[in-house]
Amino acid sequence: MARRLGRRAFLASGAAVLGGAAALGGRELLDADPEPAAPDSPGRATVAFHGEHQAGVVTPGQAFASFVALDLVDGVDREALVRLMRVWTDDIERLTRGAPGLTDTEPELAAVPAGLTVTVGYGPGVLTAAGREDLRPGWLTPLPAFGVDRLQEAWSGGDLLLQICADDEITVAHAVRVLVKEARTFATVRWVQRGFRNSPGTVTPGTTMRNLMGQVDGTSNPIPGTEDDRLIWIGPEGPAWLHGGTGMVVRRIAMNLDTWDELDRPAREQVIGRRLDNGAPLTGTHEHEEPDLEAMTELKLPVIESFAHIRRARSDDPDHRFLRRSYNYDESPPAGELSNSGLVFVSFQADIDAQFTPIQRRLDQLDLLNQWTTPIGSAVFAVPGGCRPGEYLGQRLLEP
Amino acid sequence: MFHTRTRLSHRLAGTALVLGVAVGAAGCGDSPTAADAATEKPSVSSLVLIDGWVKAADHGMTGAFGKLVNSSGADIHIVSATSPITKSMELHEMAHGDGGEMVMREKTDGFVVAAGGEYRLEPGGDHLMFMELTSPIQPGQDVPVALTAEDGSRVEVSVVARSYTGANENYQGGEHGDDGHGGH
Ligand code: HEM
Ligand SMILES: [Cu+2]
Repeated sequence: MARRLGRRAFLASGAAVLGGAAALGGRELLDADPEPAAPDSPGRATVAFHGEHQAGVVTPGQAFASFVALDLVDGVDREALVRLMRVWTDDIERLTRGAPGLTDTEPELAAVPAGLTVTVGYGPGVLTAAGREDLRPGWLTPLPAFGVDRLQEAWSGGDLLLQICADDEITVAHAVRVLVKEARTFATVRWVQRGFRNSPGTVTPGTTMRNLMGQVDGTSNPIPGTEDDRLIWIGPEGPAWLHGGTGMVVRRIAMNLDTWDELDRPAREQVIGRRLDNGAPLTGTHEHEEPDLEAMTELKLPVIESFAHIRRARSDDPDHRFLRRSYNYDESPPAGELSNSGLVFVSFQADIDAQFTPIQRRLDQLDLLNQWTTPIGSAVFAVPGGCRPGEYLGQRLLEP
Repeated sequence: MFHTRTRLSHRLAGTALVLGVAVGAAGCGDSPTAADAATEKPSVSSLVLIDGWVKAADHGMTGAFGKLVNSSGADIHIVSATSPITKSMELHEMAHGDGGEMVMREKTDGFVVAAGGEYRLEPGGDHLMFMELTSPIQPGQDVPVALTAEDGSRVEVSVVARSYTGANENYQGGEHGDDGHGGH
């Protein structure tokens, strides 16, 4: 991908040879870069649209994201979906290379691609509308209800999803506008969730993001380009239209920052099982060190507590893993409250039932973090594989 | 309407390219003959419409836009257009109406695409006008259009339909009334 390489990419290339030293190697390579970057280089960056996979899944997280869920209007059938997907594919191709949409009324706003990616997902409703229920993977259905859930309709479900990410908010807003208005005769907007991470130039590329509880969030993730790919991408075992695709979970999780404030730093670290300063496990000193879940204190208590989020968020089954690509949100609080913040939790996995749900169930049963976090929205989408020039997204489903 | 109906379908929406296929030189209404179909006009076959699109509409009038590009060494003078889904088509321009407001009207001298040059058709400027749709144009649909040059040679292009709320110019012209561009 044309976008600058992040630490993960270095890890991916170095991991096989260097193991734990790969992260260091990545740093050195970055620091040794002899080309001084143009001041507007983040704005000019582009991410290839065409390929085996859609962009925006293993693409290192851009600074800003909008997640737009849409509902199909009555009467949209397979033929209409073909037309919509041709329109979207064409405009996504244009916008992601920094060109205006075909009928762009604000073409100047398209001039800064800023690493724009648009990832299209299908909710169960698309398969129903297309008359292709037979091709729906079993996991493409709302998640089971969890005890921690306080889900609101306003943030849940949806027939279609556009995940639009870029390193500039104007770029994101413009792409949202172009794609949503092109869809006006096919679909209505159900919800929009906007999120952010660090802006380009503010942290070393590849730095794991921090969430608004202050934690390093995203450390223990499958590494794209390694054997972990099987966890992310759907292979020949899945339906043909999903080869090179993935399953996507979007959950809006509110944080209670007021009660989180009542915790001192050691207690906060216990909740996760990792240090706040650099994200290292409480049993180590470096972020990417493996946590030692067996380690005991002198008092014969586990160093990483039984209730710690990272202990609960993994199981003995190596298939119970997925790629997290979440964004922070911070909206206007309702009257009388101080904040309205949280995480647009996003995970990609080849099989949601087999990989994600068992972990979400474990967290539902026990995770001290639940005291300060509340899922308020939930949606599941199938992300079709990428397309070649001359194809449109979803073609293998709609016109097999 | 089409003498040689070369249905130009391309899989991908709006990729814009349009195929410079020269069809037989024959005046509108003539019946095609083998000889006509074989007559290649090198000039008009060098004309393509890039990023061609049409405003989706259920009925009535609607406009089509894009960029005509002439890669030949001679000017190409387009004098008329047809499409199977409209009773007639006109080449339109924008002009000051009686009250000083901008209106669209037939451009009787046609579009001249200079040798090696391009000619922009856009909302608020010159455009192709579907005068009376015989079937709705739905967003995402490909619509064939045939452009006829002064010498009678023709080129088929394709425009893709898009939802568009602009291009609402008023029409100043005889029997078609002034209901302006179609649309939703
Ligand atoms: C607002 C809610 C959440 C917050 C603030 C949060 C925060 C964190 C933090 C700070 C880490 C440690 C660093 C890392 O490896 O990324 C972590 C790890 C993890 N979280 Fe969460 N998380 C949240 C919700 C969830 C949910 C809903 C799931 C899945 C159902 C989840 C799954 C995981 C997994 C799989 C790990 C890695 C565990 C490991 O292998 O070490 N998290 N999370
Ligand atoms: Cu007109």
